[in-house]
Amino acid sequence: MLLGLWIARNTNQVRGVMVTGASMLLMLSAYLTISYISMRSNGATEEMLFTDSITWYAPLHICYSVGVDGISVVMLLLSSIIVFTGTFASWKLQPLTKEYFLWFTLLSTGVFGFFISTDLFTMFMFYEVALIPMYLLIGVWGSGKKEYAAMKLTLMLMGGSAFLLIGILGIFYGAGGDTMNILEIVKRDIPYNMQYIFFPLVFLGFGVLGALFPFHTWSPDGHASAPTAVSMLHAGVLMKLGGYGCFRVAMYLMPEGAAVWGDLFLILTTISVVYGAFSAVVQTDLKYINAYSSVSHCGLVLFALLMMTRTSCTGAILQMLSHGLMTALFFALIGMIYGRTHTRDIRELNGLMKIMPFLAVGYVIAGLANLGLPGLSGFIAEMTVFVGSFENQDLFHRVCTIIATTSIVITAVYILRVVGKILYGTCKNPDHLKLTDATWDERFAVICLIVCVAGLGLAPFWVSDLISGSVGPIISQLIQ
Amino acid sequence: MDYTILILGLPVLSFLILGIFGMFMKHRTAGIIGTASLAAVTFLSYLTAYNYFTTPRTADGTYATLVPYNFEWLPFTQSLHIDMGILLDPISVMMLIVISTVSLMVHIYSFGYMKGETGFQRYYAFLSLFSFSMLGLVVATNIFQMYVFWELVGVSSYLLIGFYYTKAEAIAASKKAFIVTRFADLGFLIGILIYGYYMGTFTFTPGEERMMQYSMMIPWALGLMFVGGAGKSAMFPLHIWLPDAMEGPTPVSALIHAATMVVAGVYLVARMFPLFSAYAPDVLHWVAYIGAFTAFYAASVACVQSDIKRVLAFSTISQIGFMMVALGVCTGMNPHEGGLGYMASMFHLFTHAMFKALLFLGAGCIIHAVHSNEMSTMGGLRKYMPITHWTFLIACLAISGIPPFSGFFSKDEILAACFKFSPVIGTIMTIIAAMTAFYMFRLYYCIFWGKENKELHEKHVPHESPITMTFPLMFLAFLTCVAGFIPFGHFVSSNGESYSIEINMSVAITSIVVALVSIALATWMYAREKQSFAEMLAKRFNKLHTAAYHRFYIDEVWLFITKKIIFRCISTPLAWFDRHIIDGFMNLLAWSSNESGESIRTIQNGKIQTYTFCFLAGAIILTVMLLLL
Repeated sequence: MLLGLWIARNTNQVRGVMVTGASMLLMLSAYLTISYISMRSNGATEEMLFTDSITWYAPLHICYSVGVDGISVVMLLLSSIIVFTGTFASWKLQPLTKEYFLWFTLLSTGVFGFFISTDLFTMFMFYEVALIPMYLLIGVWGSGKKEYAAMKLTLMLMGGSAFLLIGILGIFYGAGGDTMNILEIVKRDIPYNMQYIFFPLVFLGFGVLGALFPFHTWSPDGHASAPTAVSMLHAGVLMKLGGYGCFRVAMYLMPEGAAVWGDLFLILTTISVVYGAFSAVVQTDLKYINAYSSVSHCGLVLFALLMMTRTSCTGAILQMLSHGLMTALFFALIGMIYGRTHTRDIRELNGLMKIMPFLAVGYVIAGLANLGLPGLSGFIAEMTVFVGSFENQDLFHRVCTIIATTSIVITAVYILRVVGKILYGTCKNPDHLKLTDATWDERFAVICLIVCVAGLGLAPFWVSDLISGSVGPIISQLIQ
Repeated sequence: MDYTILILGLPVLSFLILGIFGMFMKHRTAGIIGTASLAAVTFLSYLTAYNYFTTPRTADGTYATLVPYNFEWLPFTQSLHIDMGILLDPISVMMLIVISTVSLMVHIYSFGYMKGETGFQRYYAFLSLFSFSMLGLVVATNIFQMYVFWELVGVSSYLLIGFYYTKAEAIAASKKAFIVTRFADLGFLIGILIYGYYMGTFTFTPGEERMMQYSMMIPWALGLMFVGGAGKSAMFPLHIWLPDAMEGPTPVSALIHAATMVVAGVYLVARMFPLFSAYAPDVLHWVAYIGAFTAFYAASVACVQSDIKRVLAFSTISQIGFMMVALGVCTGMNPHEGGLGYMASMFHLFTHAMFKALLFLGAGCIIHAVHSNEMSTMGGLRKYMPITHWTFLIACLAISGIPPFSGFFSKDEILAACFKFSPVIGTIMTIIAAMTAFYMFRLYYCIFWGKENKELHEKHVPHESPITMTFPLMFLAFLTCVAGFIPFGHFVSSNGESYSIEINMSVAITSIVVALVSIALATWMYAREKQSFAEMLAKRFNKLHTAAYHRFYIDEVWLFITKKIIFRCISTPLAWFDRHIIDGFMNLLAWSSNESGESIRTIQNGKIQTYTFCFLAGAIILTVMLLLL
């Protein structure tokens, strides 16, 4: 339904078209959000709204079926914001601009398609569509060890999707083998031993993308080598595909499997949260710091999902949203700083506050959002996660929660370390003194993201309601 | 009371205006915007206080608790949600007055002190942000709102300490302040989680049934919350950030690190006091012990410091210790039996805010005049700066507990409460009070009397500060003189009923005598040109003196824990592990599949001979196998 528009724009790729396309996308998503909220308040009670279904390949019961609920609505909104700002952030990208944006659009098509699909196979297809352009975008337009990073990223994620494909087929046959539609499958009972086998496959398959320990190592290399907008989209949206998939496919369809395997994965995610934070403390490359920070924050998403209370799952979605916005902001700023100084090593950067005050202030705000300052988005997400996790009563979950909360201190350590090192102090490199502050397109991108981060942080109630309403049915499925 | 929303609204407005448009403004305009909004806030706070305390008491003799605003900000579940609102009760109204008064004085003072600094607008923007957060903290309607603003004051303190962001010490100090308090806040957060889960609400007054049912959990929740309070209020061993925080501009130290933010921990304990005294009296007594130890430790360190702001910082830590002790020694809600400490603590918070801000602002004038924090550059300054001298003296007398200055009255109540609880604590606190008098007068004499650093003063003659700086001094000195006569117990007491302060004669006389003796000792040791006795003492107890000077090496211990243990022993190996073991494993997988691909490739190399050989060999083996079977 909405997809037609997104694909139609692929023909003529110049900046103007990209901007028009991206702003149309943004407006459509905003319109979708508003109409979704108004339909809900008018008493629409179906789980998914705006549903549609076209049969694709009848012998395998593959349909192109779409629909959105509160979770996918906010994810779409997030994606369109990041595509929009990412366009501005890569304004001056030089070689092969057209091809770059072409792949970039294909990538975002995959992402949007993924979030609106309700058919397992279509979902998987869009997932792959989102992954492949990554390889080219990093391999061609990246920096540093780009071939290695691109290869590593693609191979690891492909490995994950191999698991995923097996898992999806397992679900398909477990549910009777005559429908791929999630909404249909959930009404049937997948036998317990099938769930037992296929839950870990699906969860791991998506978990790789959600940077689950120990399958997170693609993330630092991949992020470090990717061009700015790709890092933004990748950390901001693509990593959310993992969390979304874990929730929507693995946990929703196989609640019994989740109950059995939950504890093991919870340990892994708790490790992710703390481990990512500790690893970030000693990194020297700005992008590595943020990549590890993403491991920690995305770990928190999966962590909250596995706590399986309504509040914690709402928190997980909020955390996806908030992390998406702040990492995009971070990577945008890092890209802009790198574009000027040609280094991301924090030992070589000092006193940027005096040289590029706008970017530096943006960086401080992004950092504060990351360490959970109230009024910015990180705080509400983390608090919802922690309050929600604490509702899970038994000792094991409590201990995990308390371990995970320590990450907020460590986050403060690595954020302030970077801020203190690169922004404050006096600039020691004479070459850097001549650098200029942000240009208008960069300013625009940064301001957009900051407004979103602050908007979510200051007025969280409506998003929280929106998400919580849709988390309900999934959770009631899990608690049974 | 609808106008109370403006108390929060105005500072946030001025923060936004100054933060966004500040760089296009002149210094003067920015300063005026900030100060004007704060002046309006002060006016509104006084109006609120006036209206609140003139409203007749309710039937049970207490002031009603008003909630003019409250809305649901972030819902979690049906019963758990973060609300944002304004709550007025005697202590929050009292805090409104303290914060707005001191903040206004600091705003005016900064006009002179920060004149010509780059980033003047940014400075005023941060001050507004701080005032907003601090005011929001005290009027919080629930514990989570308090936590929200708690974090915000932490950040504004971080930004203000690091105001001189090109100075390495300031950057390090701001980072340290934030991380240490963040670490403590972790305790606070977990405390809130426990509290919220078991009480089923974040408000300060959970249902009676829930409390009875989970009375086991309340001490845990409150104890952890106190950890957060101890971090903000610089209780031992989390005090290490406060002396370093003096790297910030002096007016900031006066506002944040003396009068308002650092007493947030005391305020937190007072806020939760009904729960503490009913369900966790043991935790409350621990508060007292920690407070007493901190007070003693800080007082002994303050006796030997040479940086005047450091002396004041340790004195602040020590005085907050006094407030904590006063709260901790409470054994009940009735102010006549065991609840006296609550009133005493709040009273001391009130008076201390005034005279400590005065001391810091005075120190600011001195630093402004001699361009250094070190005592060695001062001495004999009384001739050059008469206003600063006299106001500083008043503040010193107040903190030493000499009547009729305000500190005497509040300290006397604290000591009386301590003696009621246990004579041991009472005696210890009296000794600490004597130490207070001693180090304050040591400071006073070293600055204004003693040996003058003539060489330096001839090169640059110290001068009195402009009126924007001396007016706040005089105003605060005036408050210090009269604040003691406010019938404080009438407004604030542990159970809310009116309580008239009686001076406990035996306690009062002892404390005055002890204070006078210490002052005399300080006069004898430091007022003269030659400080031979002091030098001799320092030489005789060399080790003790050095240890105290280095704050008993607590900072080094923390440095060891953070640098050595966290960085070296956790993070670095972890990062290595990640890069080499986990990533290495992934690379190994890739490598092995690559290698196996390579090795298998040779099999399909297109040589017909090999194919034929394999084919024949296979056929023979199969035939043999068939025959054997």
